[in-house]
Amino acid sequence: MTTRVNYENELNLLNEDIKEMGRMVEHSIEQCFIAFEDQDFEKAEDIIKGDRTINDMERAIEARCLSLILRQQPVAGDLRVVSSALKVVTDLERIGDHASDIAELILRIKGDHVYHVVRHIPAMATAAREMVRCSIEAFITQNIETAKQIEQQDDVVDELFDKVKTDVVDLLKQSTEHIDQCIDLLMVAKYLERIGDHAVNVCEWTEFSKTGALKNVRIL
Amino acid sequence: MNTNTVKISSSNLNLYYGTNHALKDVNLELYTNKITAFIGPSGCGKSTYLKTLNRMNDLVPNVKIEGEVLLDGENIYDQRVDTTLLRKKIGMVFQQPNPFPMSIYDNVAYGPRIHGIKHKAELDDIVEKSLKGAALWDEVSSRLKKSALGLSGGQQQRLCIARALAVEPEVLLMDEPTSALDPISTLKIEDLMDELKEKYTVAIVTHNMQQATRIADHTAFFLVGEVVEYAPTTELFTVPKDKRTEDYITGRFG
Repeated sequence: MTTRVNYENELNLLNEDIKEMGRMVEHSIEQCFIAFEDQDFEKAEDIIKGDRTINDMERAIEARCLSLILRQQPVAGDLRVVSSALKVVTDLERIGDHASDIAELILRIKGDHVYHVVRHIPAMATAAREMVRCSIEAFITQNIETAKQIEQQDDVVDELFDKVKTDVVDLLKQSTEHIDQCIDLLMVAKYLERIGDHAVNVCEWTEFSKTGALKNVRIL
Repeated sequence: MNTNTVKISSSNLNLYYGTNHALKDVNLELYTNKITAFIGPSGCGKSTYLKTLNRMNDLVPNVKIEGEVLLDGENIYDQRVDTTLLRKKIGMVFQQPNPFPMSIYDNVAYGPRIHGIKHKAELDDIVEKSLKGAALWDEVSSRLKKSALGLSGGQQQRLCIARALAVEPEVLLMDEPTSALDPISTLKIEDLMDELKEKYTVAIVTHNMQQATRIADHTAFFLVGEVVEYAPTTELFTVPKDKRTEDYITGRFG
């Protein structure tokens, strides 16, 4: 039972918006790797264009949060939800940016199939994508157990990044023919590593939203 | 700075108005030089509790009080306690500004005169110090002999605070002190409270939860005569432990 019908509606809309933005970001990442594997350049172009929609969504959610703070002065669980939403959209937007950055590299690397030559990139892509998917899911369902598991998964992505670096060095030792592509792929790996970090942030804000603490330390 | 010294504590405090059990086993500690806010829906016992802290409820017919309230470790309900002296130590400010129908000066000098101060120079000093303490001096220093009833609501309330300060209390109890005031007067009183807590221990009953978050160091949530939750204000308003607290402060209380 509630005595604040409009307020409840606005909080529900905020939750829906976050879900929607999460879906958009997830979709963008997924498409990114399909584009990479299939060398689908049209798809890569779509991802770059789609990033604007994600940016607009970030602004819309920020506006909704600020309006809620201004008009409803949320406290307790509501305050945690609104403030963590404000933080999480920044991470989601950055994940979207990196998907777009990778899409631009796909267009540059065009033609040369070194993707599978740098052996650990596909594994890294899968791990990062899974982290994003699960972190968004954890945030939306407010599941801190899942969130904590995903935070640990970041170590896997970081290890894979080191392996990609080794892959690239090995490749360059064998031949200097693909120097450009190798550097671009190293950048792809760096973006994936950053995506993993942003997914960890989403998990940390899940913890805050649920408990008021960040890494077990209460903020207020 | 973070150490809390207990100024007032109540233990197993029960209060009955006839058969109405209005306070149930209230255990609370108010800390020296801190502001403690009491929040809760109408009839929850928060004002009743405030009034037990300087025995204002003694005046209510058919009231029965059990348990104890300690001020600096001494039970204020002890038979030997002189309630006039107790209320000098623990002053009170009410919801409606209630200046006496006399001059601004005489309002503030009223308490000290009752407690035996007669010398004009000494009274002048007390009046000036108290009005300054209540952030009213600059507005009224040129018209101290004018009637207090000519002041605005916000000024009248600050005059009542000055009147309370004039007898040099240790604790100030405030029962919704700004609910009859406009927003600017309210903010002035809130700023004033922040200054007052440097010298006094303050307890405030408020229906305005934003006010509690703005000014109080600790907040107690009352519900049907019980303290449901008592915590540092930032904690209570970000991570309340009890679902009833969460429901009340977020407005989900039917």
